[in-house]
Amino acid sequence: MSKQKRAKELVAGGMIVEAGNARDYETGDWRTEKPEVDFDKCIHCFFCWAYCPDSSVNVDPEAGKMKGFDLKHCKGCGICASICPKNAITMVSER
Amino acid sequence: MAKVIGLNGNAAVANAMRQINPHVVAAYPITPQTDCVERFAEFVADGRVDTEFVTVESEHSAMSACVGAAAAGGRVMTATSANGLALMWEIVYIAASMRLPIVMMVANRALSGNINIHCDHSDTMGARDAGWLQLFSENAQEAYDNTIMAIKIAEDMSVRLPVMVTQDGFIISHALECVELLEDEEVQKFIGPYKERYPMLDLKNPVTYGPLDLFDYYFEHKWSQIDAIDHCLPVIEKVSAEYGKLSGRNYELLESYKLDDAEVGIVALGSTCGTAKEAVDRMREAGKKVGLLKVRCFRPFPTEQVIKTLSPLKGVAVLDRSATFGGFGGPVFTEIRSALYDAPERPLVIDFLYGLGGRDIFMEDIEMAHSRIEGVVKKGRIDTHVDFLGLRE
Repeated sequence: MSKQKRAKELVAGGMIVEAGNARDYETGDWRTEKPEVDFDKCIHCFFCWAYCPDSSVNVDPEAGKMKGFDLKHCKGCGICASICPKNAITMVSER
Repeated sequence: MAKVIGLNGNAAVANAMRQINPHVVAAYPITPQTDCVERFAEFVADGRVDTEFVTVESEHSAMSACVGAAAAGGRVMTATSANGLALMWEIVYIAASMRLPIVMMVANRALSGNINIHCDHSDTMGARDAGWLQLFSENAQEAYDNTIMAIKIAEDMSVRLPVMVTQDGFIISHALECVELLEDEEVQKFIGPYKERYPMLDLKNPVTYGPLDLFDYYFEHKWSQIDAIDHCLPVIEKVSAEYGKLSGRNYELLESYKLDDAEVGIVALGSTCGTAKEAVDRMREAGKKVGLLKVRCFRPFPTEQVIKTLSPLKGVAVLDRSATFGGFGGPVFTEIRSALYDAPERPLVIDFLYGLGGRDIFMEDIEMAHSRIEGVVKKGRIDTHVDFLGLRE
């Protein structure tokens, strides 16, 4: 979580007045399991990238490579692991 | 030049709405408010206003449409009564939370059940914690004047909160009175053009209204709402003073009637104040030192002003036109008595529930309340804190 503002610093009405700030809200600590990718099995098909509901799969579009996960925002839902055609992604416990 | 015409309370407010010419009105008919919105719909049909009039399928939708239109950046008004207000409940809170300056006329009517279409204050008193400002009107003239002032109060940049303007159902809403209207241009000049604040239709500056707000920020947002409504009283006073200069009719947060040298006071809201003034006059003629405190502004509650006005008295009888089941007296009593608790000298305060479901209140009832508080003062002790007027027990 970024530094929390005080009540007097907030916009009246509780509205959000700047666009594109969802990435400031780090939801990674909601997770109980995190995805791990085995690059020996990964074929860089980008299925995980397309299915991820939190845009938390990092890719290099120029190189056409899957690069891992954005763990600050990944909520650990496991969709990437279930959709992976090569079973290259495993969900592992945070503890 | 102002003109005086015969109007009932609903027509007076409909005319205020016509002169205000809001961008959007979304409303659903309910007795006794229907007559007001019907008249406004005629103004729309006759092309006398530019308003987008949204006919909706319920009050929940009416207030939802109002919230949407106000968030989009429009001047928005509506009206309702009783069960209609109850059906709006969820969105009534949201309108205040989002700081949307919607103005709503409420023709006070008893909440069901049993079903009853006549006046009491159970509808708006139930909504007293919703975050809206609440201005009560004694007659059709005040309902008209309060509606125009409400626009300017709600839209003040330091307020930006919705305002309820009430008038007693049927007693005011359907009774023909002489009402002095301002000229259309005077009203427009007084309220000024609508000033937007983060309008959703400003596509270059996108904003999000009503996002998920959990344990990390919800409390801070509620504090800012509490802080905002707590600081509204000076704005209400300023706007009322400006309106007084324009119209010659002066309004304060509280109206003191013959309280200066009084020993006991009656406290009331709405049309009962008219009856109470007559009763005070009659009791004064009989040598009784009694006066009336009319509460015009119930939310925010003018605590300091109440203390200043009532603490010199020996006794106060509060008249409550709604019940709080299982509570300690009605909502007005609770506020008044609580405000006076810390006053170095304070009067004895008793409560009377009266007029539920439109039961008439007579001058004799108010004289009865007076003689009861007079007795309490003489005895120096309260035996019954909460009693009833005009009830067959």
